[in-house]
Amino acid sequence: MPDEKKKVFDVESAASLVKELRGSFNAGKTKSYEWRIAQLKGIEKMIDEREKDIIEALHEDLSKPELEAFVSEVSMSKGACKLALKELGHWMKPEKAKTSMTTYPSSAEIVSEPLGVVLVISTWNYPFLLSIDPVIGAIAAGNAVVLKPSEIAPAISTLLSKLLEEYLDNSSIRVVEGAVAETTALLEQKWDKIFYTGSPRVGRIVMAAAAKHLTPVTLELGGKCPVVVDSNVNLQVAVRRIIAGKWACNNGQACIAPDYVITTKDFAPKLIDVLRHELEEFFGKNPIESEDMSRIVSVQHFKRLTRLLDEDEVSDKIIIGGQRDENQLKIAPTILVDVPEDTEIMKEEIFGPLLPILTVENLEESFDVINSKSKPLAAYLFSENKQLQKDFVNNISSGGMLINDTILHLTVSSLPFGGVGESGMGSYHGKFSFDTFSHKKAVLYRGFTGESPARYPPYTPGKLKLLKTLTSGNIVSILLALLGFSKD
Amino acid sequence: MAEIVKHLEPDLEELRESYRSGKTKEASWRKSQLKGLLTLLKEQEKDIFKALEQDLGKHYAESYRDEVGTLTKSVNLALSSLKDWMSSRKAKLPIAAFPSTAEVFPEPLGLVLIISSWNFPFGLSLEPVIGAIAAGNSVVLKPSELAPASSSLLAKTIPTYLDKKAVKVIEGGAAIGEHLLRCKWDKIFFTGNARVGRIVLTAAANYLTPVTLELGGKCPAIFDSFSSSWDKEMVIKRVLGGKFGACAGQACIAIDYILVQEGFAPTLLELLRSMTKKMFGENPRETKSMARIINKQHFLRLKNLLDDPSVQSSIVHGGGMDEDNLFIEPTILMNPPLKASIMTDEIFGPLLPIITLKKIEDSIEFINSRPKALAIYVFTKNETLKRRIISETSSGSVTFNDAIIQYAADTIPFGGVGESGFGRYHGKFSFDTFTHEKAILRRSLLTEFWFRFPPWNDFKLALTKSAYSFDYFGFLLVLLGLKKNS
Repeated sequence: MPDEKKKVFDVESAASLVKELRGSFNAGKTKSYEWRIAQLKGIEKMIDEREKDIIEALHEDLSKPELEAFVSEVSMSKGACKLALKELGHWMKPEKAKTSMTTYPSSAEIVSEPLGVVLVISTWNYPFLLSIDPVIGAIAAGNAVVLKPSEIAPAISTLLSKLLEEYLDNSSIRVVEGAVAETTALLEQKWDKIFYTGSPRVGRIVMAAAAKHLTPVTLELGGKCPVVVDSNVNLQVAVRRIIAGKWACNNGQACIAPDYVITTKDFAPKLIDVLRHELEEFFGKNPIESEDMSRIVSVQHFKRLTRLLDEDEVSDKIIIGGQRDENQLKIAPTILVDVPEDTEIMKEEIFGPLLPILTVENLEESFDVINSKSKPLAAYLFSENKQLQKDFVNNISSGGMLINDTILHLTVSSLPFGGVGESGMGSYHGKFSFDTFSHKKAVLYRGFTGESPARYPPYTPGKLKLLKTLTSGNIVSILLALLGFSKD
Repeated sequence: MAEIVKHLEPDLEELRESYRSGKTKEASWRKSQLKGLLTLLKEQEKDIFKALEQDLGKHYAESYRDEVGTLTKSVNLALSSLKDWMSSRKAKLPIAAFPSTAEVFPEPLGLVLIISSWNFPFGLSLEPVIGAIAAGNSVVLKPSELAPASSSLLAKTIPTYLDKKAVKVIEGGAAIGEHLLRCKWDKIFFTGNARVGRIVLTAAANYLTPVTLELGGKCPAIFDSFSSSWDKEMVIKRVLGGKFGACAGQACIAIDYILVQEGFAPTLLELLRSMTKKMFGENPRETKSMARIINKQHFLRLKNLLDDPSVQSSIVHGGGMDEDNLFIEPTILMNPPLKASIMTDEIFGPLLPIITLKKIEDSIEFINSRPKALAIYVFTKNETLKRRIISETSSGSVTFNDAIIQYAADTIPFGGVGESGFGRYHGKFSFDTFTHEKAILRRSLLTEFWFRFPPWNDFKLALTKSAYSFDYFGFLLVLLGLKKNS
C-alpha cells in the first residue's frame, strides 16, 4: 500500500512494531519446529525463485559481476538455509550434561530457547547475504525478527522488503527500510538481542543504545586485515589468492578483505612483479573497463578513497594503478609501497581497491606491526614455514585466521565467524548462528534421596567436617558420609 | 583514593605488559596461579571465615559450604581440565575442501576487569578470577566495599599468593569503580544489580568491550502439593535453606517468593514455620544459623518493605527487627499485595512472601508477566508441570526440587537472561567467558580451483555452481562440456 509506505517510521512506529512482534512471540507463534522449518523453506524458495532479481539488484547497487554475486551471496545464503533445514531438529534438542558429586543425585541438561524479539541491522557490501544469514539464525532459534537493511544498497533493501513480505510470516518477520532516523527509532526500543554488521563507530552507538535495556549484542565489525607474505611460498598461487580476496571480492569493500601486505625488503620486488602480472591476467590492461570488478558503492566512499590516495606522502608511493573514473565510480587496483604509518591510509580501514605493501627487514617484525594496531577481523599468512605458522597463530590475535589463502574461512560453517576487540564480539555461521540467537537455559533435576544434613543449619563442627569430605572428591570419605557414618 | 587513581594507569600498564610478554599465556603460569589460589584457600581459611563473620555474621559452615568449598572445587576442576580446555578443537570440513584443515583455537582476551559483589565476597570475586586466569589473562579484581573485611583480606592475600604483576586487587567504592570503567579493558565481568549493570555496559560500549553481566531478579519457587511426608520434609528444608540459609536471602539465586495452590497454602505455612524453628532455632543471630543484613542502608530498605500497613498485616511468622545488630528474623508473609514493593522489587533479605493461586499451573502466567529471573525453582513430582515450566517460561536456569545448589554444578552454565543478565560461567564456561575462540583455516598451496578467479565466464560459473553444491557428477559434466550453465 503506497500510502503506508510513505508514512514516516518514527519512535512510535518502532514501538508499535515491537509490541506487535512481541505479541506474536508471546503467543508462541515462532517457537514450534514446524513454524521455523516453514520459514526456512520459504527463504529457500525465495532464493531459488528470485535468484535473477537478486543478482540484478546486486548489480544495480554495486555493479557486482554475476559470478561473484552468485558465489558470495546467493550460494552462501542458500547454503546457510539448507544447513539450518537439515540440522534444526538436532540443534533444538536439549544437550545432556554430566553431573558431579556435589549435586548427587541429580541429572542436568541445557535447553536452547529463543530470546524473543530480535533486531538485525545489516550493511551494504554484501547486502543480501549479511541480511539473510543472521535472519536465518534468528528464525532457526525461534525468534521474531526485524531486519533493517542498509539504505546505501537501495535496490537490495527494497527487494528484501518485498520478498520477505511475500515469502515469510509477516506476523513475526518484518523489514524496516530507512537510514539514520529509522535506525535510531529502532534502537530506542527494547530488544531481546541486537545483531549488527557494520563499522566500529556505529557499533559503539548500537551497544550504548542496547545498554539502556541490558540487551545483549553481537557486533560484526571490521579492521585492517593484514597479509604477511613469506618468501617460502608458491608465489603465483599466493598472489592469485590475495588478488581474489582483495579485488574479486566486491573490489576490496569487504570486512575480511586483505587490507595491507607485509613482506621483507628482499622479497618485495618479486612480489610486486607477480602482482602486476596476475592483475593483468585477471582484469586486463585496463581494469577500470573490466566487467569482472565491482564498482565503489557511492560517491561518498569514492571521495573517501581518492582522499586517501591524494594525501601527501601517499600519492608518490603508488607503483601500480591509481587511475580513477568518477562517472563510473571505479578506481583501478592500486598498489603502494612503504607508505608512512601516520597517514590515513595506514590508520583507517581502507575498504577499497588500494593495497599498501609494508616492507620489513625480517618477517618476525611483522608481528609487532600487526600488534600495534587494533585486533582485526581476519589475519592472513602465506608461508610454508611451520614454525612461522605456529608463531603467527600464537602471537597474533584476530577474529579468524587463514594460512595460505584469504577470505575462505567465511565459507566453513563449522567455524565461528566473528571478531575480537575492535573487530567485534560474538560470532555466527552454522550452529553458531542458532546459538547466538538462543538462550542456553540450565536445567537441574534433583532427586529425593542422598540428602546430606550437613547442608543445613543448625551448623556444627561435625557438619563442617562432613561438608569438606563431600567436596574433597575422596571416594571413600564420600561413601562413608553418604552412608551416614560421619554423623554430626 | 587519590593514591590509587594516581597509580592506576601505570599499574594497568604493568598488567598489560605482563600480558604482552606472553607470560600469562603459558600453561605453567596458569597452573602456578591456580595452585596459588588453592594454597590461599587452605592457608587463609580461618581468616576468610573471620572476615565473613565480620562482614555478614556468617557461620563458618555456611562460609565453607557456599564460598570456600565451592571455590576449592572450582580450582581443582580448572587444574585438572586446563590442558583439555587450552587445546584447539578440530572443526569438520566437507570433503570438497580437502586438503585443508580447520580448528578453533582458544586464546586469552588480554586485561580483564572483574567487579564483584558483597553477599558472597570471596565466591563471587574468585570464581570469575579462576576462569580469567585459566584462560590466560591479566586480571584486575575490584571487590565490593560493602564487605570491607573480605575486600581487605583479598587485597592483602592475593599479592602474596599470586603473581602481583599480572593479578591485582583494587579496593574502593563507586568513585574507584567509575575510574576503572573509564579505562580500556578486553573484557568486563560484573556481578551486581541491574542499575549498575547498565552503567557498566554503557561504559564498555565506548571501547567495544565485551561484557558478562550476572544480575538478579525475583526468583520464584513454585510449590506443588506432596503426598509423602518424607518428601515434604526434605523439600521444606531445601526451600528454607534456599531462602534463609543463603546469606539470609541476600543472594541473587535465593528464593524470592513462593507460589502455591490456595488449598495447600495452610499446610505449607505450618511446615515452613515448624521447620524454620527447628533449623534456625530460637536465637538465630547468636547461633549464627542465619547471616545478618550487610549494612544499615539495606536494613532500612528491608524495614521499609514491611512498613506498608497492608504488608505488615500479611506477616504470619517472624517480623522481628534488631536495628543495632542489623538482624531480621526469618519472616514469612501470606499474600502481601502484588503492587507493594515487596512484590515488585527484588527482596534480597529474609522476608518470604507466599502467594496463593487457584491452580498451580497459574504460576506460569504469573512468572511470565514479570521480568525474567536468574532462576526458577519448582518443587513437584508432576512431570507435565516440569515440562510446561521448561518450555513455557524463560529464566537463567530452572532447578527442580531444590534451590541454590545449581551454583555448585560445573557442567551447566550459570547466568541470566533478559533483566537477570547475559553471559555465563562456572566450570568450562568460566574459561570460555574469558576466551576468544579464534577460527583458523589452513590451506595447501598445491591444489587450486582455477575457476575461482576472474576473468569470469559462463563456463566458470557453471563449474562453481556445481562445486558449491557438492555436485561432483555435475561438475564432471560441465568440465567435459556436456552440461551448460542454465
